[in-house]
Amino acid sequence: MAAKLIATPGQTVGPFFSVGLDRPEWADMTRHNPHGERIVIEGRVLDGDGAAVPDALIELWQANAEGRYDHLHDEQADKKIDPNFHGYGRVATDVHGGFRIKTVKPGPVPGRGNALQAPHINVAFFARGLLRQLHTRIYFGDEAANASDPLLSSIDDASVRRTLIARRSEGGSYRFDFVLQGQNETAFLDI
Amino acid sequence: MAQPPSYARHREGGQPPYLYPDYGSTVKRAPTRPLIHFEHTLSEITGPSFATGWAGPEATDLTKQHTGEPLGERIIVTGRILDEDGRPIPDTLVELWQCNAAGRYHHPVDQHDAPLDPNFTGAGQAITDADGRYRFVTIKPGAYPWRNSPNAWRPAHLHLGVFGGGFVTRLITQMYFPGDPLLQYDPIYQSTADVGARERLIAAYDPDLSEPEWALGYAFDMVLRGRAATPFEVA
Repeated sequence: MAAKLIATPGQTVGPFFSVGLDRPEWADMTRHNPHGERIVIEGRVLDGDGAAVPDALIELWQANAEGRYDHLHDEQADKKIDPNFHGYGRVATDVHGGFRIKTVKPGPVPGRGNALQAPHINVAFFARGLLRQLHTRIYFGDEAANASDPLLSSIDDASVRRTLIARRSEGGSYRFDFVLQGQNETAFLDI
Repeated sequence: MAQPPSYARHREGGQPPYLYPDYGSTVKRAPTRPLIHFEHTLSEITGPSFATGWAGPEATDLTKQHTGEPLGERIIVTGRILDEDGRPIPDTLVELWQCNAAGRYHHPVDQHDAPLDPNFTGAGQAITDADGRYRFVTIKPGAYPWRNSPNAWRPAHLHLGVFGGGFVTRLITQMYFPGDPLLQYDPIYQSTADVGARERLIAAYDPDLSEPEWALGYAFDMVLRGRAATPFEVA
């Protein structure tokens, strides 16, 4: 086998990424009128002092409402691709560390072996002060399938597991905060 | 259903750590709990694609986005997006952003006492061709001061983002210039422990890429995570 090439290291997005990466329309993943239940996810990003992080970039990747990814490696023949939903979103935090994403609720997707994964959105998280991205997932508090999700089930500490779950607020939107350090520190993933 | 292919893990020291106190902003932002390790599923090995042709010619030439020409040293930056096995990554989006020749970003938070250039925004996009190649025309960014430590200056750099084939291959990095004396003092560059990996961040000056009487050429390949070897591929 040929010698492997050395992978390029990540480097921080820095504080000025909006020059090149800010695309406010990408925060609305429903803009092409996809099938499925429309949802809003909003929250804040907080650092180790509990201070707002006004320069974070959140990227989202998810399956469509039926639970199919718009990608050649998703070969689930029983689920259709939605031509109006490609599954990628991006949002930057505002000066208060807040963000808001409009999307559709993803369907469940296959896990390894015969496992089924509860509906979730995959997140890549960037900020000044992060030399490379963090990864996490957003699950939904009102999904019974969470109880048998392989990733959630692998986390023994309920208080850690809870950091991955968006909760319905009274207004109907889902609430999900990214807490970078401290008591309610978000569970980040090594993938 | 067959197991999906998965991607190789990063080598020890081949990526920067989250906590690196010499870069002060990591101290309150790096996670303190160990990351949760788990095996790749369809969620990790799939990822977004962007239609070919989405980025037009003006998106790859940052000197042609305004009525006049930006000030500074015109450069051509080109290279290939490859995986660790040397396979080219075609049809993937490359995003570029940078400061101007004086070291100032077109951004309201940047208050560095250096002039803005009305003919330079500093943002570009390219889609790689069948060979995984991208090409930008731009101007060489300036060095600029930052408040990480007294009299600290960032070496000249381009910010580059690439997607690759899956969500796990997503990379945002910086490209530096060969021979820059600021590199040895820059904690962001120095944060990657492995010297070979770190040096991958420095472009190569290539006279064959320079265009006579017009622009200097730099070569910069970006290497994304490759596929994990399956038991059948291990000799």
